[in-house]
Amino acid sequence: MERISKDQVRHVAHLARLSVTEEEVDTFTEQLDDIIEFAEQLNELDTDDVEPTTHVLDIHNVLRKDEKRPSLDREEALKNAPDQEDGQVKVPSVLE
Amino acid sequence: MSILEESFSGIHKKLHNKELKVSELVDASFSRIKEVDDKVQAFLTLNEEAARNQAAKMDEAMGTGNTRGLLFGLPAGIKDNIVTNGLRTTAASQLLANFDPVHNATVMDGLEEADALTIGKLNMDEFAMGSSNENSGFYSARNPWNTDYVPGGSSGGAAASVAAGEVSFSLGSDTGGSIRQPASYCGVVGLKPTYGRVSRYGLIAFASSLDQIGPLTKNVEDNALVLGQIAGHDRRDSTSADVGISDYLSSLTGDVKGMKIAVPKEYLGEGVHEGVRNRVLEALKVLEQQGAEWEEVSLPHSQYAVAAYYLLASSEASANLARFDGVRYGVRAENADNLIDMYKETRSQGFGDEVKRRIMLGTFALSSGYYDAYYKKAQKVRTLIKRDFDQILEKYDVIVGPTAPTTAFKIGEKVNDPLTMYANDILTIPVNLAGVPAISVPCGFSEGLPVGLQIISRPFEESTVYRAAHAYEQAAGHYKAKPEL
Repeated sequence: MERISKDQVRHVAHLARLSVTEEEVDTFTEQLDDIIEFAEQLNELDTDDVEPTTHVLDIHNVLRKDEKRPSLDREEALKNAPDQEDGQVKVPSVLE
Repeated sequence: MSILEESFSGIHKKLHNKELKVSELVDASFSRIKEVDDKVQAFLTLNEEAARNQAAKMDEAMGTGNTRGLLFGLPAGIKDNIVTNGLRTTAASQLLANFDPVHNATVMDGLEEADALTIGKLNMDEFAMGSSNENSGFYSARNPWNTDYVPGGSSGGAAASVAAGEVSFSLGSDTGGSIRQPASYCGVVGLKPTYGRVSRYGLIAFASSLDQIGPLTKNVEDNALVLGQIAGHDRRDSTSADVGISDYLSSLTGDVKGMKIAVPKEYLGEGVHEGVRNRVLEALKVLEQQGAEWEEVSLPHSQYAVAAYYLLASSEASANLARFDGVRYGVRAENADNLIDMYKETRSQGFGDEVKRRIMLGTFALSSGYYDAYYKKAQKVRTLIKRDFDQILEKYDVIVGPTAPTTAFKIGEKVNDPLTMYANDILTIPVNLAGVPAISVPCGFSEGLPVGLQIISRPFEESTVYRAAHAYEQAAGHYKAKPEL
C-alpha cells in the first residue's frame, strides 16, 4: 500500500520550503514511505487512555519580570546578514 | 606518553609543580592535531592564535598567585553546534559555512570561568542528524582505532578528538545517543546528563525536548569535573532545571556494595552482537565482585522507541530548522526572483540529504490530517517508554547494558539505508525519550574495536551514574587503552 504519494511529497516540500527535483521526489517518496511504514508499528499499542508526553520535566509557564536587559546592538545583529541596507536586513521582493 | 593522555589531576599536578606550562600543553594539543588530524578529521575549525595568546597570559598569571579555575589550562574541543563568540560555528552544514556567532553558549561561559582553553570546533553529522559522521557537510571524521571505520555520531569529532589525544576533553550533544554512541565506538567516556541539567542556550537546536550537552573525556573523574562546570539553571533556557548541582567528584567513592542493578533483557537480546554481549556480561561480573547485585528486568516498550523517536525528533527539527532561511545569517542562494524562491533555493542548496529527509518527515508528521496519527501517537508512546524507566528505577539504582548493539561499522556500509542506520540507536534513544541521565564507559574490545557499557539512573542522579561508572572503570582498567595512529 502506498502511504505517501508523489503529490504529497511535492506538497510537503513546499510547506518545508525545499525545492525538489523530480528525481528527489521519487527518492523521498520511496524513503518516506519506508519510514512511515516502520513508524506504523506504534499502532500495535493501545494508547487510548495514555496522556501524551510533550516534555519530561514538570515545568509549566516559566515567568519572569518584564525588565530591560542588555541585548545585541544593531551592528552585531546584522553582522551575519547576507544582505543589508540602512541598518536593516534586505531580502528579495516579497510580492510579485 | 603525550601529556594529553594524562588525567586532569595529573596535568594539574605538573602545572602546580611548574614541570609544565599552559603554553606547552596548548602546543602539545596543536602538534598532535597537525600530526594526526589528516587521518582523523575531527576538527572543522581551529582557534590557534587565540588559544596560544590565552595560554601565554595564563602562564604569566601563574606566577602571581591568582586563583585558578577547576579546568585551568586544559585544551578543549567543542562540537560545532555549540555557538562560540567570534569563532566560526557551522553545525557541519554548508548553509552555515560562513557563520561567526556574536554570542557564547552558556556552557562556553562555564568553561571560560573554569579557565579551560578552546582549541577548536569539532566535526559532526550536519545539525547533529546522524550516527556515523558521514552526514557532515564538509568531510567525515574517522575512528582513531581504525580509520576505515566510522567514529559514530553525531558527536563523532568530539569522541575521536579525545580518543586520538588531540584535546583533554570535548563537549558534545546528545539527542538520541549522539554523545554515548560515538564514546562507545571510540573507547572514551561520554555522559548525557538529565534533560534540563545543562543549559541548551546557544546549542543549535535539533529536537528541543531531547537535546542535552555533555562532556566526553578519557576517564570518569575528568567527566565529573567538566559536568560540574557546565551544569545548572540558566535564565536564558527556561527548560533548564532549578535543581541543585551535586558535588560530582565526591560521588566517586569506589563503593558499589549493595547497589541494585537492573539489566533489561531487551538490551542483550536479538541484534546485539556476541562480542558486545560478552563484554557487558564480563562488566556485570566485575560490578558483582565489588558487591553490586544484578537482576534481569524488562523494558517492554523499548522496541517502539526508535519509531517514536524518529517521528518526534524529526517533527521538532522541522520546526527548529525553519530559522535557516538565508535572511539573517548563513549562505543565501543568489539570483532568486522572490522571497519564497530565495528560501527554497537557500535551503535546498545548503542542507544535505539526511537533514532534508528529516525535515520532510517532520513536516509530514505535523501536517493537517496526520498530526494525531503520527506525532501525537508518538508522544503517547513516549509516555509508555518513560513509565517503563520510572518503574524500574523505583526498585533499582541503575540500569546497565551495552551503549550500542555493535562496535563501529565501516565507512559507507550503511549510508544508503536510513532505517538500518536508525536501528543503531535502539539502546540509546529510550534514555532521551525518558529524559534520564546515562553514561558510556569503555568495557573492552571486540575484534579490535572498543565496546561501551551504558549506565543509566534516575533524573538528576548523575552522581549515581558516576559512582557506578567510576567503580567499574577503576576495577576493569579498560580506559587506559589508547589507539595507535
